[in-house]
Amino acid sequence: MNKESKIHDYSAKSEVGFVRTRRTRLQRILLELRKAPPTAIIGLFIIIFYIILALFAGQIAPYGEAEIFPIPYAPWGGDHIFGTDQIGRDVYTRLIYGARNTVGIAIITTILAFVIGGFFGLLAAILGSWTDQILSRLVDVMMAIPSLIFALMLLSIFGTNAINLIIILAVLESTRVFRLTRAVGMNVVVMDYVEVARLRGEKIGWVIRKEILPNILPPLVAEFGLRFCFTFLAIAALSFLGVGIQPPSADWGSMVRENAGLINFAHYDIKAGLTPLLPAAAIAILTVAVNFVVDWFLQKTSGIRDEK
Amino acid sequence: MKNKTIDKKKILLSMSNIHIEGFADERWHKIIKGIDLTLYRGEILGLIGESGAGKSTLGLAAMGFARPGCRFTGGEIIFDSMKLHDMSENQKRKLWGTRIAYVAQSAAAAFNPAHKLINQTIESAVRSKIKNEEQAVKDANHLYKELQLPEPDKIGFRYPHQVSGGQLQRVMTAMAMSATPDLIIFDEPTTALDVTTQVEVLASMRHIVEQYNTAAIYITHDLSVVAQMADTIKVLRYGEEIEQSKTNEMLSHPKESYTKSLWSVRSIEKQEKTNDDIILKVDNVTAAYGSSKVLFNVDIRLPRGRTVAIVGESGSGKSTTARVITGLLPPLNGKVTFNGKTLPAALKNRSKKELQKIQMIYQMADVAMNPKQTVSEIVGRPLEFYQGMKGKVLDKKTIELLEMIELDESFMDRLPNELSGGQKQRVCIARALAAEPEIIICDEVTSALDQIVQEGILKLLMRLQKELNVSYLFITHDISTVKAISDEVVVMFQGKVVEQGSKSSIFSPPHPEYTELLLSAVPEMDPNWLNNYLNSRK
Amino acid sequence: MHPIIITVLQRLALGILTLFLVSLVIFLSLDFLPGDFGEALLGQSAREDTVAAFRKELGLDRPIMIRYFDWVGGVLTGDLGSSFSGRNASGIDRSRTVVDLVAPRLSNTLFLALTAAVIAVPLSLFLGITTALYRGSFYDRAINVTTLTTISFPEFFVGYILILILATLYPVFPSLANIEEGSPFLDRLYKIALPAMTLTLVIVAHMMRMTRAAIINLLASPYIEMARLKGASASEVILRHALPNAWAPIATVIAFNLAYLVVGVVVVEVVFVYPGIGQLMVDSVTVRDVPVVQACALIFAATYIILNLIADIIGIITNPRILHPR
Repeated sequence: MNKESKIHDYSAKSEVGFVRTRRTRLQRILLELRKAPPTAIIGLFIIIFYIILALFAGQIAPYGEAEIFPIPYAPWGGDHIFGTDQIGRDVYTRLIYGARNTVGIAIITTILAFVIGGFFGLLAAILGSWTDQILSRLVDVMMAIPSLIFALMLLSIFGTNAINLIIILAVLESTRVFRLTRAVGMNVVVMDYVEVARLRGEKIGWVIRKEILPNILPPLVAEFGLRFCFTFLAIAALSFLGVGIQPPSADWGSMVRENAGLINFAHYDIKAGLTPLLPAAAIAILTVAVNFVVDWFLQKTSGIRDEK
Repeated sequence: MKNKTIDKKKILLSMSNIHIEGFADERWHKIIKGIDLTLYRGEILGLIGESGAGKSTLGLAAMGFARPGCRFTGGEIIFDSMKLHDMSENQKRKLWGTRIAYVAQSAAAAFNPAHKLINQTIESAVRSKIKNEEQAVKDANHLYKELQLPEPDKIGFRYPHQVSGGQLQRVMTAMAMSATPDLIIFDEPTTALDVTTQVEVLASMRHIVEQYNTAAIYITHDLSVVAQMADTIKVLRYGEEIEQSKTNEMLSHPKESYTKSLWSVRSIEKQEKTNDDIILKVDNVTAAYGSSKVLFNVDIRLPRGRTVAIVGESGSGKSTTARVITGLLPPLNGKVTFNGKTLPAALKNRSKKELQKIQMIYQMADVAMNPKQTVSEIVGRPLEFYQGMKGKVLDKKTIELLEMIELDESFMDRLPNELSGGQKQRVCIARALAAEPEIIICDEVTSALDQIVQEGILKLLMRLQKELNVSYLFITHDISTVKAISDEVVVMFQGKVVEQGSKSSIFSPPHPEYTELLLSAVPEMDPNWLNNYLNSRK
Repeated sequence: MHPIIITVLQRLALGILTLFLVSLVIFLSLDFLPGDFGEALLGQSAREDTVAAFRKELGLDRPIMIRYFDWVGGVLTGDLGSSFSGRNASGIDRSRTVVDLVAPRLSNTLFLALTAAVIAVPLSLFLGITTALYRGSFYDRAINVTTLTTISFPEFFVGYILILILATLYPVFPSLANIEEGSPFLDRLYKIALPAMTLTLVIVAHMMRMTRAAIINLLASPYIEMARLKGASASEVILRHALPNAWAPIATVIAFNLAYLVVGVVVVEVVFVYPGIGQLMVDSVTVRDVPVVQACALIFAATYIILNLIADIIGIITNPRILHPR
């Protein structure tokens, strides 16, 4: 009898659609967080911790960033929790300032890379034809040179300073952002709803803002996390090689290099041996944390795609 | 009639109280809710139902197989007195391909691109040592011949991508038959094919199962197709059985009202009307994508307030014609005239007014709406854009439009993925209406929808035409839809117009050769249709 | 001509074009040197005619295309010019040719990279395929979390941890990989144990994850389900149905990671003070010895392009659609 009524009461309104409960953005985020795997939660906490360190480095650190104390290579403990470095600067202080310098430069670089790569990627996806051809071939050539090598070469020519570092890495990273933006952009541009907007006579700016951008944002957000990791590791590597962030700015990559010699004293004082590993671990932990969060985010967004 | 024997004493497959769940959206959903199924030796059972009915899942369950992401939660499957539900994967594997075989929907995807067809055809038979390779190849070539494949001795040495879709589907049938199984599961084997190809494949598949007296489960959503194949028909809906009976009985006396409703779309019939006031004229249009020409001297006339259906198979140029009319694809030659004025060829040269008067509705309503915009934004935008409406006036008009398409205010804040398939298509109609168009181009607007929903959409479109005197250009491949809605019909084939005329003149003989082929190949709800069709061709 | 030859030739031509463009980019970068570069390099006290002579040697006064073809001609005949270092303000030129500097170090780098590749490639293919097969198992999840962690580690972190444990606390291997010319093979192998291990650890994580993703993608194809429903066993599904279609994605994964390895070499060489081309490049960057940097960049870029080219060609010649045209 139930079947009977289903047929006769048919109306468009009563057809089943999956209606989600209306929630505010905050409620949705909290709900998602409650379902998140432990790795993602740990990752989020670590990221927040680093952000606090970076923002309040001046208040948290016991000494000045470049303050020099009389004893170089002082052991752990006493006035200096992690001892002092080769010219007598407090390692603990420099670790905290390192959060500001290394992470800060990495974020600025990544944002710049997204502005450049995102802009040209969208341009290529929307205009297509020869604009796309020229941009894509140019990016192909740039990507044919490994980016660390390319960066080393450019730094040797333009000289090593923070501004050059940011611009060079941002331009190199933007090639990858370009590829992704172009690819997702293309997928959205061919959608019928974009065609509907074009047939309506909408201006290109409106189409980008209202129809394309909201739909390419989720993959780009995940990509931001991944690109940040790459940039961050690249900056750390370049600084470690001595051509990145220059002294006296505290920076994790160069701290590893400066204190590397201490590792040979590990069998006299294991703590001293660990000193060069501290900044290296600081880099590794943040990268792991970001990767955990991105992994979760990717699973979330790809899960939505599998729904039907 | 089917000239074979069903041995009522020998039960081949019996499934009882089957329950299957699928994982989606982070929880388990019931897909099959306690279905029983009995199949005798030599019997062909048609499983029909709409999307989400669980027919494919049930078909695979007959093999003891659940797709990744699905699981059995109850029931017994007994095949030839073996308990499939208790057997290990290894034990079941010995039956698969040899005693139970499977024919998939998309042959192009189901064949391994790296191996020759013959090697894939004989794989199961040779592995199970039913026959040696030499014998298997000989038998396969014989099967190819029986299935009316061209060059049956050579076709096996080709690779899947070297063979057409209809032929691949037949090779897959040969692959299933290779080890002479007791049971074949056909999972929508002709759905992806054009109607003229479908009839050939159907004929050869039926011939082969009759020849070997193989039992089969034939899964489809198309009643007229299953009528040609099945001895018995079982109707499913939402994972439950609605009814089951002999094919003849099911067609003439369906018991349940749901089954009756599956027939109903074919009952809509429109009184055709003509009109000499031509609103849109496509004149001698030739168009190309890059260097390959796809339209050749196409002429089409659309009378005001009427419906012209453009019918043809894939590749006939019907959608390209729509792209030329809307200005998305400027033609190489010819012109489009609207209300006596020639329209600029390219979209960017058309005025807002010209764009407003011709609107379009698409086949896939899901991708025709921005998933990030609410219904009120989607429907409201044309009002805002063309008529400058804002605020309360805009909301009021949007609600009016929603009521016009039989939805209401409560839908304003919904996102597209919170709507059912039919509701999505209605919102797209409302969006088109919001522009106050004189012409709406409907591109296969019902082909992705279930029967009942199709009927609702077609009725709505007809009502709106009466109220608003809007003209439709209705693109479709489905003859029954053409019969239901059109005043005039254009038949297209390979980029050319075969003929245009009033519905009654197109559907009554004499026909041009292609129209004849197209019309005769559409299966009818008559178990003898295929026999008659084959006889008439001899 | 068979279409596959045409496709391969097209791909080769494209590769050569890319190499040409890359060499152009590398060469032109010299022109961006700041104007006062000569003074900066030779020192404040450099005489004007010394600077002028230096600029003339660089040929900055000649048309750019002529200089480029001179340079390319030199590269092709094994002449990469001479190094900037070893010059001084008084105009005495003790510079060595770039080839003399690069050649011995290049072979050292290749030795290290090949050793790492020989271990890493089979290991990661094995891990990638097995985790894909036992997807969702404890084994899979454990390896996944481990590799997700290791890909986040900078190379020098892995390197110093290995030094701390295997060289300082438990002196099994030497921390400095200072191999010399003419030392026996086994001795060299012993000395590069730690750098090779570092590279392997970093590469395996990446390569294994990419292999796993490629295999899972492949196993989702409808023809794999069809093969199962035809009664194929798990090993048959993999060997007969998946593998013939897997060469292209696997080749891509290997090429990508070998290219990555080539880059990783730079940092690892510095950590272990290994006399390779990466170390040379970094040193040359610090002193802005542009000819040496250019030569190294060209070598790295060429390796990268050739590896990807090989992967592409493997993809083409194993693609049945191109192999057996209609």
